[in-house]
Amino acid sequence: MFELLGIPPQALFGQLLLGLINGAFYAMLSLGLAVIFGLLNVINFTHGAQYMMGAFAAWMLLEWAGVPYWAALVVVPVVIGFTGIVLEKLFLKRLYHLDHLYGLLLTFGLALMIEGFFRKQFGSSGMPYPNPLPGGTRLDFMFLPNYRAWVVVASLVICFGTWFLIERTKLGSYLRAAVERPDLVQAFGINVPRMITLTYGFGVGLAALAGVLAAPIYNVNPVMGSNLIIIVFAVVVIGGMGSILGAIITGFGLGIIEGLTKVFYPEASNTVIFIIMAIVLMLKPAGLFGTPK
Amino acid sequence: MSMMTAGTTKNRDLLFFAVLIAIAAVAPAAVYPVFLMKVLCFALFALAFNLLIGYVGLLSFGHAMFFGGAAYISGYVVKAWGWSPEMGILAGTACAALLGLVTGSLAIRRQGIYFAMVTLALSQMVFFFCVQAPFTGGEDGIQAIPRRPLFGVFDIKDDTSFYYLVLAIFAFGFLVIWRAIHSPFGQVLKAIRENEPRAISLGYRVDQYKLLAFVLSASLAGMAGATKALVFQLASLTDVTWQMSGEVVLMTLVGGMGTVFGPIVGAGVIITMQNYLAGFGEWVLVIQGAIFVVVVMAFRKGIVGEIQAWWQRRSRGQA
Repeated sequence: MFELLGIPPQALFGQLLLGLINGAFYAMLSLGLAVIFGLLNVINFTHGAQYMMGAFAAWMLLEWAGVPYWAALVVVPVVIGFTGIVLEKLFLKRLYHLDHLYGLLLTFGLALMIEGFFRKQFGSSGMPYPNPLPGGTRLDFMFLPNYRAWVVVASLVICFGTWFLIERTKLGSYLRAAVERPDLVQAFGINVPRMITLTYGFGVGLAALAGVLAAPIYNVNPVMGSNLIIIVFAVVVIGGMGSILGAIITGFGLGIIEGLTKVFYPEASNTVIFIIMAIVLMLKPAGLFGTPK
Repeated sequence: MSMMTAGTTKNRDLLFFAVLIAIAAVAPAAVYPVFLMKVLCFALFALAFNLLIGYVGLLSFGHAMFFGGAAYISGYVVKAWGWSPEMGILAGTACAALLGLVTGSLAIRRQGIYFAMVTLALSQMVFFFCVQAPFTGGEDGIQAIPRRPLFGVFDIKDDTSFYYLVLAIFAFGFLVIWRAIHSPFGQVLKAIRENEPRAISLGYRVDQYKLLAFVLSASLAGMAGATKALVFQLASLTDVTWQMSGEVVLMTLVGGMGTVFGPIVGAGVIITMQNYLAGFGEWVLVIQGAIFVVVVMAFRKGIVGEIQAWWQRRSRGQA
């Protein structure tokens, strides 16, 4: 087998796969953030906590009720999405007329409450979630675990499904119209406040779905969301929130770059995304896919 | 507001401040000085943060990088190189200013919500740097930082004499900020907060003003962190986490964003609360989150802001 700069191919492709998996989660979470931001003008700081809740809900369903992974994949996003709708109705709704920063502060407070509660209940060491797809395929250059292959495929389907829903369906066209001119869309008889509520629920459900997918890979852990959300914020700054496809490409791309950094210069693997963010801010302040205002 | 009332508010503020310092000067007789020093350090930190959110309208979610970064620098130079405390604090402040210049010139390229995300991400980068860098001591931090004599002469080993040094630093920081917001520079900052495009069209170099305010805020946040490291003789990762950035946001929000004394009140309230709740572990996080939610939903002006609004309503009723 060939070697690349002294790196054995198993290590290289192993890290590439890991990067692709991380990138899948960056893409799914930044997608949800972008969808919510588009209509609500709120940066949903609770997104990480809702991802964590998704993973925990899957774990609880399995441990306490014996509900298997595949059922959780459907049930959990609906349930957590519904909690998102409740949050929107109770709190976020009342802040739309104010400075957007209050939405950020509110969702930050909610994230602290949720994370604190889970840490109180479950400690911060984390619980394992059994792999629903054990085994794998031995390829020429690497070993491909089945579950990881499934996560990459599933996240691609979810991302492009969301893209299709928003860019290619009638419902999506209402949504895009409401982003531009909510007053005008309302005048055409479309219930915009309800659309806003459902959009928030959808975005939250997307985060929860990512959480269920993540549960068998990473330990189910109360701090898994807050660690991830800051990186996802950097991803969003790099990509810009204007474009759905942009969010997907940026998420996967940065995951892969991070994986490669782990191979070639491990010391920088934690910071490489932030460094890229700094460079993008210098060269293209509006983000790679953003439009300057 | 007419010139005269503006003048009287200024004088009233200074009078309040003098009373505050007088009370603080005798407070060690009644209250544990280490607790008071902690409140003063965080009050200065919150004042520095408030300079940005209250007077320029920029929400920084990464101020812990200045606070905690300066704490490491001052702790290191005092412990490893044997510098005196005033030089340690100066070194920490200078490094925070430099870090503020670099991160600020990146962050001001984006506005509003993006500014918050950029500062948060940059501060997370500083956090990871501090985890890996050899001089920070990793998980242990820098412990047992000695309290050397001030200027190489005055003994400040006991908490009460150290307290007066901290009080002097706090008063200095407050007056710097107070001077800045009442100067022509501060007026331009407020103009940018109210209407940035108009400030640009009037010919102000908005980015330079923002950057200067950012560097000033970063330096003072660093001064607070450097002082805190010497108070507790400890510089640790806690001070550079995003939770610390969140705490200073909370203090300022509770006290009142954009008010002169709000950050001090907010720091006092939050530190007192943490003191009483120390035994409750993770519930502290839940309670802090709940305070965020309650303040944002119900009283966005904060404690001092609400009192001011009440006072204005009352005096208008009398007139």
